Amino acid sequence: MNETIKLIIFNAVKILVVTHVLLGAVAYTVWLERKLIGRMQNRWGPTRVGPFGLLQPIADGLKFIVKEDMLPPGVNKPLFILAPAIAVVFGLTPLAVIPFGPMLDAARYGWGEKAQGLQITDVNIGLLVILAMTSIGVYGIALSGWSSNSKYSLLGALRASAQMISYELSLGLSLVGVLMMSQSLSLRAIVDTQAGGILHWNIFAGLQIIGFFVYVTSAFAENNRIPFDLPEAETELVAGYHTEYSAMKFAMFFMAEYANMFSASSIATLLFLGGWHPPHPAMMLGTEGSLAYALSGVFWFAFKIFLFICFYIWIRATLPRFRYDQLMSFGWKFLLPLALANVLASGLVIALRNT
Amino acid sequence: MVHQILFFVFAGLCVAGALNLLFQKHPIHSALSLIVVMGSLAALFLLLGAEFVAAIQIIVYAGAIMVLFVYVIMLLNAGEEEKSPDNSSIALYIGVPAITAIVAFVLLLLVRRNDVHDGVQLGQFMGGTKAIAMKLFTDFLLPFEVTSVLILIAIMGAVVLARKER
Repeated sequence: MNETIKLIIFNAVKILVVTHVLLGAVAYTVWLERKLIGRMQNRWGPTRVGPFGLLQPIADGLKFIVKEDMLPPGVNKPLFILAPAIAVVFGLTPLAVIPFGPMLDAARYGWGEKAQGLQITDVNIGLLVILAMTSIGVYGIALSGWSSNSKYSLLGALRASAQMISYELSLGLSLVGVLMMSQSLSLRAIVDTQAGGILHWNIFAGLQIIGFFVYVTSAFAENNRIPFDLPEAETELVAGYHTEYSAMKFAMFFMAEYANMFSASSIATLLFLGGWHPPHPAMMLGTEGSLAYALSGVFWFAFKIFLFICFYIWIRATLPRFRYDQLMSFGWKFLLPLALANVLASGLVIALRNT
Repeated sequence: MVHQILFFVFAGLCVAGALNLLFQKHPIHSALSLIVVMGSLAALFLLLGAEFVAAIQIIVYAGAIMVLFVYVIMLLNAGEEEKSPDNSSIALYIGVPAITAIVAFVLLLLVRRNDVHDGVQLGQFMGGTKAIAMKLFTDFLLPFEVTSVLILIAIMGAVVLARKER
C-alpha cells in the first residue's frame, strides 16, 4: 500500500483507540470512585447492576441519554448549549499530545519505514498546548454559570473561574523546573530524559519533589476536586455551575471533569514520574522497538495513572473542603511563591552542575 | 498551496470575529467574538512557524486576559446595548465619508509601494523557544526589564484603586 495511506490508517487507528479508551476509562473512573469512597466510608458502593456493580456506568449512560433535556426559561440559549461543549472539547484535546508508550519500530511488522510513537502527534510545544487547553477550559465553566440565569449557578461559576485562573499560575510555574531539567517542551523528549529506572525519574534525580507537590496541589484546584471543590459544593450551592443542566449536558460536564483529571494525572506521570518507564529497566518485556516493549510501556503508564486516580479519590474521601478565602490566599500567598522559589532553586542547581 | 488556503481561512475567521464583535448587542457575545479573533491570530502565528508565540497567545490572551474581560462582564451584569431613539447626524454625514477616505488612503499607499519584498513566506521562521529566550535575555534585556517594572506599577495602581476607604 502507499506510504501515505498506511500513515493515515495508523493515525486513524491511534485516534480511535485513544478516544474510546479514554471515554471508557472516564465512565469506569466514576464506578471506581463510588466503590472506593463507599469502602472508605464502610459501605458497599454500587453492587446491584451487574457483578460488583460493573454495569453501573452503562446504566448511568443510558439514563443520561433518555432523560429529558430541559432548557430552562430565560437562559441564554447559544451559550447554554455551547458551554458544556467547550468544557468537553478542551478537556479531551490534551490527549492528542500525550505519549502513551515508547517508539514502535514499525518496520519490523512491515508497516512503513520509520518508527512510530504511541502518541497522536508529537508537537514541539506539547507542554504549552496542554496549558493552553486547560486555560480555555475555564470558559466552559464561566459561561455555563452565567447563561443559566440562576444565582446559584452564577456564584458557582464566578468562584470556579477565579479559582482556576489563580491556580493556573502555580501550575505553569511548577512545570518550569522540569522544563529546565529536560531542555525541551516536547513531551516525548521530556520522558526520554527519564530513562533508566526509578532513580532517574524527575521527581528524584531532577530534584523536583517540590515541583511535584506544587503541581499536584494546583492540579487538584484546576480540576475543582476536593479539597478545592467549592464551586460545586453540594451543601452550599445546590450544585454550583451545573445546577440548571439536565441529561446529556450534565453528563458532558461530568466527562469533562474526569477527562481533566486524566490529563492532569498524565502530565504528572510524564513529567515527574518517568512516563512509561518502569521502576527498573528489566521490568519490560521484549526488546526496544518491539510491540511487546511498547505494550509494556503502555501498561506502566496506565498503572501510574491508575495510582494517581486512586490518590484523587482517596483525597476526596478524606479531606474537608477549603473555605473560599482560604483557598485564594493559599494559591496566591503560598503556592505561587513556592513555585517561584522552585524555579530559582532548579536554575541554581543546573548552573552549579554545569560548572 | 495548503498553507495559503489555511491562511485565508483563518484570516477570514479573524475578520469575521472582529466584525461580529462590532455588530453584537450584548457585551458577552462581543467578548466571545474577541476570543475567536485571538484564536485565529494564534493559528496565523502557527502558519508562520512561530509556535511558541502561538501557544503563548492562547495561554495569555485568550486564556487569561479574555477570562478577566468575561469575568467583569458577568460581575457587572452588563445588559444589552440600548439603541438611542434619535440617529446621530454627525455620525452619518461626517463619520462615514471620513472612514471611507481613510481606508482609501491606506489602500492607495499599500498598492503604490515601490519597495515591496516577497513578503514573508509561510513557515519561514526557524527560531523556536530557545532562540526567543536567547534574544530576550541578551539583546532585548532592557525592554524586558522595563516592561516588568511597568507591569509592577500597574499592579500597584490596581491595588491602590481597589483598597477600601478607611
